[in-house]
Order: sequence, then C-alpha cells, then structure tokens
Amino acid sequence: MFLCSHFILTQPVTFLVKHQQRCQEMEFAELIKTPRVDGVVLRRPFLPTVEGTLCLTGHHLILSSRQDNTEELWLLHANIDAIEKRFVGSLGTIIVKCKDLRVIQLDIPGMEECLNIASSIEVLSTLDSVSLMYPFFYRPMFQVIEDGWKSFLPEDAFKDLESMTEEWRLSDVNKDYSVCSSYPPLVAVPKDVDDDTLRKAAAFRHGGRFPVLSYYHKKNGMVMMRSGQPLTGTNGRRCKEDEKLINATLRAGKRGYIIDTRTVSVAQQAKARGGGFESEANYPQWRRIHKAIERSSILQESLIKLVEACNDQSHSMDRWLSKLEASNWQTHVKEILTTACLAAQCIDREGASVLVHGTEGTDSTLQVTSLAQIILDPACRTIQGFQALVEREWLQAGHPFQQRCSQSAYSNSKPRCEAPVFLLFLDCVWQILRQFPCSFQFSQHFLVLLFEHTYASQFGTFMGNSASERSKLNLSQKTVSLWSWVNRPQEVERLSNPLYEANCLVIWPSVAPQSLLLWEGVFLRWKRSSRCLDEAYDEMVHIIQYNNKELQNKVNNLRRQLAQLETEEPLLQTP
Amino acid sequence: MDHVEQVRLLERFSNKSTSGTLHLTATHLIFVESNNTATTILHHHIASVEKLSLTTSGCPLVIQCRNFRVVHFVVQRERDCHDIYSSLLRLLRPVSYDELYAFSYNPKQNEQQREEGWQLIDLGAEFERMGVPCDRWQLTDVNRDYKICETYPRDLYVPITASKPIIVGSSKFRSKGRFPVLTYFYQEKKAAVCRCSQPLSGFSARCLEDESMLQAISKANHNSRFVYVMDTRPKLNAMANRAAGKGYENEDNYSNIRFQFVGIENIHVMRTSLQKLLEVVGSRFLSVNDYLLGLESCGWLRHVKAVVDAAIFLTKAVTVEGASVLVHCSDGWDRTAQVCSLGALLMDPYYRTIKGFMVLIEKDWISFGHKFADRCDQLDGDPKEVSPVFTQFLECVWQLTEQFPQAFEFSEWLLLQIHEHVHSCQYGNFLANNQRRREELQLGDRTHSLWAFLLREQQNYLNPAYCPTYADTHPVLEPSTLPCHFKFWRNMYHQFDRSMHPRQSVLKNVLTLKESNCQLEDTIKDLETVSTCIKSNFICHIQMNLWKELKTAVHKCSPSNLTELELDTERTVEGSSGTERKESYSDLQGTYGAKAEPAVVSLEFGVARMTC
Repeated sequence: MFLCSHFILTQPVTFLVKHQQRCQEMEFAELIKTPRVDGVVLRRPFLPTVEGTLCLTGHHLILSSRQDNTEELWLLHANIDAIEKRFVGSLGTIIVKCKDLRVIQLDIPGMEECLNIASSIEVLSTLDSVSLMYPFFYRPMFQVIEDGWKSFLPEDAFKDLESMTEEWRLSDVNKDYSVCSSYPPLVAVPKDVDDDTLRKAAAFRHGGRFPVLSYYHKKNGMVMMRSGQPLTGTNGRRCKEDEKLINATLRAGKRGYIIDTRTVSVAQQAKARGGGFESEANYPQWRRIHKAIERSSILQESLIKLVEACNDQSHSMDRWLSKLEASNWQTHVKEILTTACLAAQCIDREGASVLVHGTEGTDSTLQVTSLAQIILDPACRTIQGFQALVEREWLQAGHPFQQRCSQSAYSNSKPRCEAPVFLLFLDCVWQILRQFPCSFQFSQHFLVLLFEHTYASQFGTFMGNSASERSKLNLSQKTVSLWSWVNRPQEVERLSNPLYEANCLVIWPSVAPQSLLLWEGVFLRWKRSSRCLDEAYDEMVHIIQYNNKELQNKVNNLRRQLAQLETEEPLLQTP
Repeated sequence: MDHVEQVRLLERFSNKSTSGTLHLTATHLIFVESNNTATTILHHHIASVEKLSLTTSGCPLVIQCRNFRVVHFVVQRERDCHDIYSSLLRLLRPVSYDELYAFSYNPKQNEQQREEGWQLIDLGAEFERMGVPCDRWQLTDVNRDYKICETYPRDLYVPITASKPIIVGSSKFRSKGRFPVLTYFYQEKKAAVCRCSQPLSGFSARCLEDESMLQAISKANHNSRFVYVMDTRPKLNAMANRAAGKGYENEDNYSNIRFQFVGIENIHVMRTSLQKLLEVVGSRFLSVNDYLLGLESCGWLRHVKAVVDAAIFLTKAVTVEGASVLVHCSDGWDRTAQVCSLGALLMDPYYRTIKGFMVLIEKDWISFGHKFADRCDQLDGDPKEVSPVFTQFLECVWQLTEQFPQAFEFSEWLLLQIHEHVHSCQYGNFLANNQRRREELQLGDRTHSLWAFLLREQQNYLNPAYCPTYADTHPVLEPSTLPCHFKFWRNMYHQFDRSMHPRQSVLKNVLTLKESNCQLEDTIKDLETVSTCIKSNFICHIQMNLWKELKTAVHKCSPSNLTELELDTERTVEGSSGTERKESYSDLQGTYGAKAEPAVVSLEFGVARMTC
C-alpha cells in the first residue's frame, strides 16, 4: 500500500490540497521553510522508484510525479516516527521511518532544500499541541451514514445487559469524572451497591478505578470485572466497601477468582508504593492467581527489538532466530493469550466470576478482559461487535492511547509512556483469527487498519487518553469518528472475511509456541513475499466467494424461469 | 496375543487420556477407543518402541513413528506390555523386502488398473518434453544392463560428443561410477543441469576422459564459455575426502569450469539436526524462548535454507547466465538430488503441477538412485545410513509454496501424503535403493504405484489459490532468502498433534466452495438446456424423459446437499478437525475436573502448566 491513507485519495486531490494549503497558511507557514522541491526520487523496498515533486503541507508529506496514473505518496506527518539525513555531495537523502513500520527513502537535490525539508518534517511530526492535530482539520469527503461517535453509547450496551439480568445497574457516580478520571461517566455496577460505597471503594483503588463490570457471560450468569490495584500498602489497609462491592457480584456460596496480571513479587513490591493486592484474609471468597504480563516499558523495548530483527538484512538464520527470541515479543503474546484463556476458563468452565487487575488497570488488564471476551462472546467477533469491544474495553475503559502510541519502534527519543499494549492485543486477536479463520466476520485487514489508526489518523477516535480528555477536546463535535468511516458498506465489504460463518461457541486457541506465529501482516508487511501472500489469499477468497454467490443467484433465477415456463407451457403437464 | 484391553492412550501435550483396546495385526497396530474411534499405526511407520519404567497406573509404552506421530500408551499389566513390546520389536524390523506391506497390500483393483498405474509416469517422455534428445544431447545405451553404474537408471542422456570411451573412462574416475549425466535441460537457453558423484582425484590424480566429459558438457552449450561445477558439500568435507582418494575438481585440470562449494551439511548432520528439532518441539510446556532457541540451536532451518540457497544459485546460473551446471556431492544421491530437483522446480512451472511434481520425484530421486531403503530405514539396516534427506526436500518445497501461494497446483496435503507413503512401504515406488534392485524385486508386477493412487484422488491435493497463468508471468521463481521467510513446518512435524492446529481450515473451506462452484455450474448448464428445450417448444417423449431426469439431477445438486470433502481423518493437519470446535485447553480442563473442593489448587497447577 503505497498511499499513506488511500481513503483520502478517493477524493479529488486538488480540493484536498487547497484545503490543506489554507490550513498551512494559517498555522504552519513558519514551520515549513521549503514547501516544495522538484526532482525528488522516492525509493521503497520492492517497489519501483518514483520521481516527482515533493510538497510539504501542514499535515502531509506529498510526493507526486505530476503524471496521470502514477503513484502519489501521501504521508501524514503524524505517521513519521523518525528520520535520518545523509549527504553525498549536494544530493541529500532523507530516510523516513514510519509508525506503521514502513521505511522509505527520499533523494532530494540540493543540500539546503534537504535540510529544510528534514527539519520541517521533524518539527511537524512531533508537534505537541493537540489542537494542531490533523483530525481537527480533516473534513470527511465521504457521506457519513451513521455518526460513529454515537454508535456505541454505554446506555445502549447496558440495554443489552438489562435484557439478560437485573442484577446490575448503570451508575453515574462518575458523571463529572471526579471519582475516577480515567473512567467514563457511566459504569455498570452491582445493583445492591450504592454510589456512596462506590466512592469509598474508588478511594481504595489505584487511580480511583473501582471494580466495574466488564463482561456478563449469558450462558451461566458469571461476570468479569476489572479495576486498578487495591491500595493496601505495606500495613495491609482494607476497605469494607471494596470487599462489599466485589462480594456483591458473587452468587451465594460461590467463589470467585482474582486474576492479578503481575507476578507475586511485582505485586509485593507494589505495596511499598502504596499499592498491593487482595489478601486472602480480607477476601476469603476469592482466590488470587498471579500471571506475568510485562509492564509497558518492557513491551516497548520488545517492539523495538522485534522490528529491528525484522529489518535486519543479514542472511544468517541463527542471527534471525536469536534476535526474534531476544525480542521476547512472542513470549508476551503467549503470556497475554494464556491469561485471557485462563480468565475465560474460570468463567465458562469453572462457572466462577472473575476480577482482573494489574497495577493501574489500564493496560494488561484491558488486554486480558478484551481477549477473554473474544474467546467467550461470538458477538465480539463481528465487525460491529469488535468496534463495540474496542470502544468499551479500551476507549471508555481509559487506555491512554495518546501516551502509548505517540512513538513507535523507530523513535530515537527516550520512551516515556509509549508501549504497544494495543498492538499486542491486536496481535493476539490475529493469532485467534488464524486459528479460527471462519469464526470472525472481519479479516486481518481490520486489525491492521486499527493498528495504523492508533498511531496516526485523520479520525479523532484514538485521540486523548480517556473519556474525560476526549470530552474536553470536544472530539465528537470537532472530529470525525473512525467508526463513521469503517461502517460504510464499501469499507465493511473490504474488511470482511468471506469465509465467515457465525460460530456461537466459545473458541479456545492453542497457546503452544508452535501455534503462535509472527504477524507477517504487520511486521513483514513491507517485504515483498508477505505481500504476494496476502494477494493470493485475497484473490482466492474473492474469486470463490464471488463465483459462489453469483452462481447461486443464477441457479435460482433459472429455477424461477423454469417454474414459470412450466406453468405457461401446457404441453409439459401432459405425460 | 492379538489384543490387550484397558490400555490408556495419553495425549501428547496435555494430561488427557482415553482408554480402549490395543489390537496387533500382521501389518498394523490399532487402538480402539471405547467410543469406537480407532488410531491405526502401520508397523512400517514405527521408528522406535520404548518401554518406560513401571508406574502406579501401569506400564508405559512410547512409540515414535517416522511420520512424526508419537503415541504414549499405558498398559495395565507389565506382562501384556512386554508382550506388545517384543512383538512390535519383531514386526518392525523386517529383514527382507518380501516382508514389506507393499507385497501384501491389495486395494481391490484389477490387474489392468494396477499395470496402468505403473505406466502413468514415463521419464522418456519427460526428457522429450524438455527437448532431449536434440542436436547436442543424446540417449546413451551404455548403462542398458547397469554395467557402468548400477545405481543409475538404464536410460541416460549425455552430450552428443561424449563417446563411449569417454563415458566409461569418466565413470571409472567417479565415486560409485556415477559419471556426469543430464538431469534437466533448460530449453530456452540450451543450458543443462547435470549430476554426478565426486571425482576420485585424491591430491593429484586426474582423468582425461572425465576432463573431456566436462568439456563435452561445456561445448554442448553455446551460450556460455564455461560450465559451473557445484560441489554441494562444505569445503572442509570435500578436502577431507581427498585423503581417501576422492575429492573435488581441480580448476587447473579442467578447462572452462567454474568451481563452487555451497556448503550443505552431510546426512549425519541432518539426521542429528532433525532429531534435536523433534526433541525441542516434543517437550511439554515449552516456552516461546526455549522453542526459538531450540529452533536456532538444532540448525534445521539453517540447513533447509542452505538447500534452498543452493537451488537458487543453480537456477540463476542456468536461467540468467545461461550456463550449464554440473552438480555433485559425495555420491551424488542426497544433496545432489535435493539441489537438482529443487532447482528444476524453480525453473520449470511444469514441476509445480501435481503430475509434474511426481515426474520430478520419479526422475531426480527414484531413478537416479536416492537410497530410499537406507535413508528411510525400510529394512533392518545401518542406523547411520538413515537420514531425513527426502523429508528435507519436501520441506524446502513447502517453504516455497508458502512464499509463492499461487504458483503450485498442489497444497501441502500432497507433500504430507507423499511423505507418509515414502515411509509406509505400502506402494512399490520408493522401495529399495535403486532401479536395478527394483527390477529384481519385480515391483512393477507385484506392487501398486503410489502415483496412481494420488492422481485418482487429486482433488484432495489441489491448492485453491493456484493460478495457472502465474507461470506465464513468473516462469522462474525467485524466492527470498531472508531468514524470516523460513518457518517451522508445524503441519509436518506436528501433523498428529491435533491440539496445536488451527481448528478451522481456510484450505478445506475453499476447496469445498470450489467443489460447490463446479456443481453449480453443472446445474446452470442443465437448467439452461431444459429452458431452451421448452422455449423452442421442441418437446417429444424422449425430451420429456430427459427433462425429468435433468430436473431430478438439478434438485439433487442444490448446494446444501453437498457433502464436505472427505480428507484423511486420522491425521489432523490444519483444520481437519474443523467440526470439533469445542476442543479446549486440555490441561486446565483436566485439572479442573479432577477434584471437587481443591479445584482452586489444581487450577493454579493448571495455570503453572499453561505458563511454563
């Protein structure tokens, strides 16, 4: 895919450029020292080189050969992770490394032009001011059929829950975000627990993240909840309200499981910083299980190493395998999947309710709760259902997308809060999709699309770090939702999995290392062979689906015609 | 003793087990579970039987198969276990060919069908397809009676200018008499791929006839002034051979050759490497890191890549430079066979079809004397001669099919099925070490041909993504040799480990859809015939009958009536267990259900399992 966002290009380019230029004049003019350079050569691995004019606008790097039917490169500055400059004589070269892991090379004649372009890109791709971000400038050039900002409201999700059980209520205790800054205004809690108890429980949980409902398992009425860690500290503080809150989710005589995504020792160490875990003494009805999902800084390091290994041009098999191993990426995938399977098993097999938390409850916790739902709930495996899941378990649940996705694998700057937490979740979903290729309504394209848009997007969906930040930015008024784009029929068609057959069963993936694969669609995407792999799959699936549908229609039409002829033709009635 | 009851079959990667009855027949070991599902193992497939020390639950018996199936039985009584063990030991080490299954296998075919099966592949026709004989290459009858080289076929192709004395002289200077002969002819550039064994050069010996032979090969190709000589061994190995009076070609003695080592390791290294690989992936509760480190340290993928790299070198020399290439290793029947056949597969789209692939194996492996009997341990023999050279070739092909999904007519099912039968000794094709021995055994008269069987059910082996026109745009395949494009072949090495496979298969689904498309197309044709009949008002009694027939036919093949393709049910390659979606993590389930109250404890136990 040579176009940064092919959907932009479906619109008349000139219009867009004019629009861009207006923005540029207003706010970015002084940042762009050289707006255009002729005779720039674009080089990409495995693709033909393109020579043309390079233009910088406020949000895009554009390379156009100014000929009909040739490629144009449109790259969002926000997609640029790092650049490198090189000079040979007066010919400058800029290597652009993107957050979607693509690497391209621009040969720019003229040292001054090259330096100007490079410094402009550097500034434009690292703008701190949220208000200057592209989603605020982007105007959709497609017809919004359904406003994505209104597609997945908590009220609607709760209506579904109400139809299944009466044991839960929607609380607006957090309506002004004062109880928990990273929670949405509305959360589902046990009916018997009042808002006052919630407030007290919130004070006992990290970031005010008191236990809330994440998933209700219709089959047996068991639930999954999530929260932040309890603030027990070194002296074993307890909170009656917190105990009451989570015990209220248990049926009489039943026990539940607390899945702590940290190892015992990490959880122990957390006590020194005021955190901790639920002790057996204070939570006798709960059994605690510790798992070992790594913290975000380690995950970021892992991503950097993995991408480095994938881009290594060495032909040594040993080097590749040892780098792949040293990256630990697949280990993280396995660990996360295993924990999610465990949560799902407690609910479905053990018939027990589950509470999941790590430290903050905004990263590993969400990986586990969302994957467990993919395993348990067939609705999450549809295109709409998956969006709802992302909305519910990631966006509303307060995963700090902006912090986590501000840099990707190439960035030279010291990582602050960056981490591929959501990418790992997508990778895990892909692993399950690979193992159950007919049980998902969407293909891996959808997962890749989400990966791209979390790192750089024209849509506002993944901006901000929580519901409260998004509401302050007034995103639903000022930006377009990704879901508005995705849910148009032609896009749904593109993202669909033609082999999909609704499967109402729980799907248990294999977590053996031999069953887990490197996600080529992301990590080897810009290498030729994985592309031709995708093409073959798409081709095959397309032809067969198309033929099958078309042929069946034809058969039905002919049958109808025949039946008609049969009635019209008296000769046939006589033996 | 013919059966033992109350035997437990332990699942390999979990704590689950099933109990049933173990039957021992003359050819098979059959385990029948209480629900009547049966696991059948051919004695020839068994590589080793091991009796482990007695446990409280019984006497464990571990059987490892050549198709990578590993079964772990627990027999209640030690005496029974010992009986099975000793019977199996007797049965699985046949000493003469007559004991092999191929001679008793009877698939209910008449004699004519059997004979036709053996005529399906004709190597003479294959050389004709390549354009040989021609004005530069001819068929020689020097080996008509296997007098010059007993491990070569009777029919051999050599340059027109290579006279009989040259051939005879050259063969005396080559290990086992395997002198340079043509194996593939690249018509477009008139470049030849030739094969032979190492020269008996020692430190200084030379042979004028052999030099003339290479000269003749070189002269037969006007495109290039030189011929490549690819020694597929590591340089060190080749040099060591000189001390034993063997070695490699000295560039000073041969005019116009370009000599090149490509460094594929020998059969012993490959055997050990695969053993290590199987140990790694066979361990329970394997961590990702141990898995990847194991993949690295066993070296298997490195070796696979080395073979592919060599084939790419060969292909480039022939198709890009238009040069002829002479390939050899030590004896010229292992690495040479791998490189020549893989190179041909890259160069010639015909070999990427089902029939063509069979021809390729028949030519480069069977007829040129790859020692299947020794390498696959068909008879009780020297364990040092056993080596997975052919398996490795199949894996190289698989790696290519993964890189070029549209280029191959067949799917990995074909590769797996061929692998299965190379070891099953059920068909005559792969028995014995060379053609001469096969003729002595009268295999053509006494056994059946695998190719006939595979072609009969070839719809099962089709690759739905195959695009016949792909060959027009990509006649020569240029695979990437980046290590990240070489993957562990789970469907081969874990083909019987159901729990590791995807539960639904794209391949199977698409094949089913394709089948249904064909039927729909037929239906449309029928319907159209009927409606034209009616419209033209051309109805008489005969048409009426025809019409009725058609009508019933049409109703029969409504798509909902389509039966799913029945593929091998025993093996569980990707998704063949697609219906069993309820399958789960056996570990956790097993420990969950084990005890009532301490379920919590056992859960953690189970968790530990899943993590480690």
